[in-house]
Amino acid sequence: MNTRENIKKLIIEKPLRLDCGKTISKFPLAYETYGKLNENKDNAILVFHALTGDQFVTGVNPITKKDGWWSYAVGPKKSIDTDKYFIICANVIGGCMGSFGPSHENPETKKIYGTDFPVITINDMVNAQVNLLDFFNIKKLFSVVGGSMGGMQVLQFVSNFPDKAKTAVPIACTSSHSAQNIAFNELGRQAITADHNWMDGKYNSKSTLPDKGLAVARMAAHITYLSKKGLQEKFGRNLQERDDLKFGFDADFQIESYLRYQGSVFVDRFDANSYLYITRAMDYFDLVKQFDGNLSNAFKKTKTKFFIMSFTSDWLYPTQENKDIVIALNAIGANVGFVEIESDKGHDSFLLEVPDFLNALKNFLDKSYIEGNNES
Amino acid sequence: MKAEYNFIANIIEKNSTVLDVGCDDGTLMEFLRKNKNVNIRGIEISKEKVQICIAKGLTVIEGNAELDLKQFPKNSFDYVVLGQTLQAFINPEIVIKELLRVGKKAIVTIPNFGNWKVRLDLLFKGTMPITSSLPHEWYNTPNIHMCTIKDFVRFSEIINFKIVKSLALINKNISNISKSNIFLKNLFGELGIFLIENK
Repeated sequence: MNTRENIKKLIIEKPLRLDCGKTISKFPLAYETYGKLNENKDNAILVFHALTGDQFVTGVNPITKKDGWWSYAVGPKKSIDTDKYFIICANVIGGCMGSFGPSHENPETKKIYGTDFPVITINDMVNAQVNLLDFFNIKKLFSVVGGSMGGMQVLQFVSNFPDKAKTAVPIACTSSHSAQNIAFNELGRQAITADHNWMDGKYNSKSTLPDKGLAVARMAAHITYLSKKGLQEKFGRNLQERDDLKFGFDADFQIESYLRYQGSVFVDRFDANSYLYITRAMDYFDLVKQFDGNLSNAFKKTKTKFFIMSFTSDWLYPTQENKDIVIALNAIGANVGFVEIESDKGHDSFLLEVPDFLNALKNFLDKSYIEGNNES
Repeated sequence: MKAEYNFIANIIEKNSTVLDVGCDDGTLMEFLRKNKNVNIRGIEISKEKVQICIAKGLTVIEGNAELDLKQFPKNSFDYVVLGQTLQAFINPEIVIKELLRVGKKAIVTIPNFGNWKVRLDLLFKGTMPITSSLPHEWYNTPNIHMCTIKDFVRFSEIINFKIVKSLALINKNISNISKSNIFLKNLFGELGIFLIENK
């Protein structure tokens, strides 16, 4: 637990009015940085994490002792090159890696907030994180980058702050959470709240954590991150450490064992209430509705250069939903590039070693950075 | 192909906005960006080619001109360029109309199927012509709607657009096509280059 206290935190004094109507102030925003901010302060990239990510983008995560969630993409000479750029990533509010979230103690009741924590939105998340720019004295970011929920934050960030990022890279995301997306998130939330240890979100000691519900939520979600073909190729009908079926409900199949493992390691690092809050934020995300049904209006004021990527086998945030963003940007003559990356690895492709994706990301960032320097 | 690019660069005014439809590996885009300081975008159907363009720092979207031009509003660009791909579309008429909706002007180049080498090939060999600019066999060619310089001029009358400038590329030289010389240009031209706009 000591390491948790060493997490870098910015205490945001300025009151932040949330979409739900409540106002929070003096709240912590946990963050991590990689690389060095140059003298001109023009090499900063704000990375936004996805649902279960955190600020520990690359290297060894000091809490979980595992590789950071985007180790394939971020590091020296990698797509997001820490030798060139200054990378900032914050744990989203509502999260459980140090930022203000439902596991924090409510000073009034001396108990954890649980479901008394205000419902937060993607808009609230980016409005909290923009404070990092002031903190580091950065006028304009070189880029904002993120996949999945991170991509939604990229879109919301550029919409809210049209002159604060030179480039933007939303990856495998959507401008509006679909019914299917909401349905899967609801499945996860129901699994958590059905666990009797959840206790209306008021669990507070190690013995009463709703681990089973959270694990099931993770298992269900994990399936949505992979493709049918990917699963079939990796697991097929292979049996788990046995020669034949056991005619019972143990994990006969490798895929069962794999999912159980994914569920069990997840509960060690993630808070069930945070899972409820963050999935809710995703479900509420509808940038199209925020702009009265016309997504183009979200980007009317911006000169930010966009590069959007999707993956062929991603059925959670399919290519068409990413293309809708491209179409909205082209409709107003915005600067946007787009490519669909061939991959069997499903939605998770952006987190994995997919060379076409990693190369495209690197090429876009590095060329845009040189171009920007030539202009100024 | 340098002569073709030079011509295209010559008609495009400096600092204008350009969309290169079927931009391939971005060679023309780079050429125009460097020589005319244009604000240029590309659209390309091949993922590999899009990746090459990104590596060159070009703004390109992966897409199909027949389906994806509709996302651009009317007059989005000063010029829309369609280099030697009109013959590969299922419906060239729709594509031409879309080019002229999205762009104030369009530059269309076509490999000339009326060229004497093509004619001789068919006449003497009796097989579908294969030349350096048309290297495919009949069964695997992407070029499903080949036309001649003369055909394209007729096409402008049929679907009602205006040819502002028409040129033929012969032996790396560019020359004007006129009513009086079209027979010869159609016989010797390797490539027809047309600047077109709506009537």
